[in-house]
Amino acid sequence: MSESETVLSFDAVHTYYGQSHILRGVSFRLARGECVSLMGRNGMGKSTTLRTAMGLVPPVRGQVAHFGVGANGRPSYKSANAGIAFVPEGRGIFPNLTVRENLMVAARPGREGRTDWTLERVLALFPRLAERIDNWGNNLSGGEQQMLTIGRALMTNPSVLLLDEATEGLAPLIREEIWRVLGEIKATGIACLVVDKNVKRLVEICDRHLLLVKGELVFDGNGEDLMADQDFLHRHLGV
Amino acid sequence: MDLTLLLIQLLNGVQYGLLLFLIASGLTIVFGIMGVINLAHGSFYMVGAYLAWSLTAWTGSIFWALLLGVPLAAMLGLLVERLFIVHLYNRDHLQQVLLTFGLILIFNEMQSIIWGDDPHSVPKPDFLQFSIPLTEVQSYPAYNLFLAAVCLVLAGVMYWVVQKTRLGMRIRAGSSNPEMIQALGINTKVLFATVFSIGTTMAALAGLLAAPERSVYPGIGEQVLIISFVVVVIGGIGSIKGAFVGAMMIGLMDSLGATILRAFDDVELMSGLSVDNLTSVTVYALMAAILLWRPAGLYGRAH
Ligand SMILES: Nc1ncnc2c1ncn2[C@@H]1O[C@H](COP(=O)(O)OP(=O)(O)OP(=O)(O)O)[C@@H](O)[C@H]1O
Ligand SMILES: [Mg+2]
Repeated sequence: MSESETVLSFDAVHTYYGQSHILRGVSFRLARGECVSLMGRNGMGKSTTLRTAMGLVPPVRGQVAHFGVGANGRPSYKSANAGIAFVPEGRGIFPNLTVRENLMVAARPGREGRTDWTLERVLALFPRLAERIDNWGNNLSGGEQQMLTIGRALMTNPSVLLLDEATEGLAPLIREEIWRVLGEIKATGIACLVVDKNVKRLVEICDRHLLLVKGELVFDGNGEDLMADQDFLHRHLGV
Repeated sequence: MDLTLLLIQLLNGVQYGLLLFLIASGLTIVFGIMGVINLAHGSFYMVGAYLAWSLTAWTGSIFWALLLGVPLAAMLGLLVERLFIVHLYNRDHLQQVLLTFGLILIFNEMQSIIWGDDPHSVPKPDFLQFSIPLTEVQSYPAYNLFLAAVCLVLAGVMYWVVQKTRLGMRIRAGSSNPEMIQALGINTKVLFATVFSIGTTMAALAGLLAAPERSVYPGIGEQVLIISFVVVVIGGIGSIKGAFVGAMMIGLMDSLGATILRAFDDVELMSGLSVDNLTSVTVYALMAAILLWRPAGLYGRAH
């Protein structure tokens, strides 16, 4: 497979929640191993974009594709089995499973039978989880829960990781730890689509940036170009 | 009140409790994970009991009846899930109650057509025909002990599956967050169908096992349904542990309650009230008391 293989693509995708038109013709591509940020103010459709990529929200018009294969209407479990892992807003850990069980519940080899991520490797990445391995999910702190959600996604040996507000509501030290881990994950060659509010960090870590305004992409380019127009940034991100 | 009698009632209570657990565990999982109130759950118990009767008559042994009846019940459960229950996920409780009540009527009509309306008894296997003497006059039937032992083993197997296997992890994960477990790559349609089929098969198995001890007659499904709902509500919806504790409480209450009430039978009861009436009232009183104390049941999660 070539380096520039597209792992996830949107072509003029429109989605609705009932009558409200949320995504209005979103198009972008995510290449193999690429790390892309998705920015935007509250309610602009960032989570909806990730949920649509996963198959949790159906595209009404346009085309979503995974690894070049059309994925409209594909249920989320098939997206996951195709190699896409989702770390949702609000984490979604299983409170009635232990840390070990949360990690093991969906563990499996990835595309082409890859088994890069094992329990040992995930615990090495998150030593705090190793300390709490037999605790119930709901006995964890917010930061530990976030680590658990990321670890759980890695245990499916994904090729693409969709991260929604992974640092939200965490203490500064824990945030730094999450950013460090993101850097390590990126270095292993997993393509990432990262939603976060911290523009500075995103620009440091991501190769490319997308900016959503009311369901439309108004920017798709590198960090330099994004930071060049401070007015534009201020208008659309409030920074 | 003599001690042997108390022992017998204790054994009866434990055995009845274990049987109730077998039935109620399926009901509570289906309710807790899939959010479906399945009123037809008791009908699977009824089908199990009638299968015990006709398969024992055909093969000559309750063991053959069990061997043939369990896969038949599993297939029936799968069929009902695919045809009817699948339309009830994410529907409101009224629609679920209406459809599954309709299923009860269909099941009962089928029972009447296939098996008739006469009560039947199912012979116990020869080697379990005896009773274990406790005193000169009192004894305990061996089949009841066998029944309790089998139920206990099944409860152990169920605990192991739910707590220790990947399927069990997924069942528990699905009960707390079905969308997330699906987004992790698990086909919840298959998971739900499996869970429903296992749950109804357990109910049918309870019917098969209990048939030689209780007789087989129209309406047994509804009887166990109501008491199973009491167990589920006491234990907390979706909690296997709760179902176990609730079932044992009801089982013991049912048998010991009657014994204790009979001990006071020199006390004048109000006219028209029998000990049996009072025993069944105590079960509901227990449920009401527990709900006052813990509105979500003993092990239920408050929403
Ligand atoms: N389930 C839903 N039903 C109806 N409308 C919804 C639903 N979920 C989100 N919306 C609306 O869709 C729009 C986009 O929501 P989305 O969650 O994608 O935004 P977001 O960019 O992730 O915002 P935030 O930064 O607050 O997470 C918002 O206006 C929101 O109110
Ligand atoms: Mg969001």
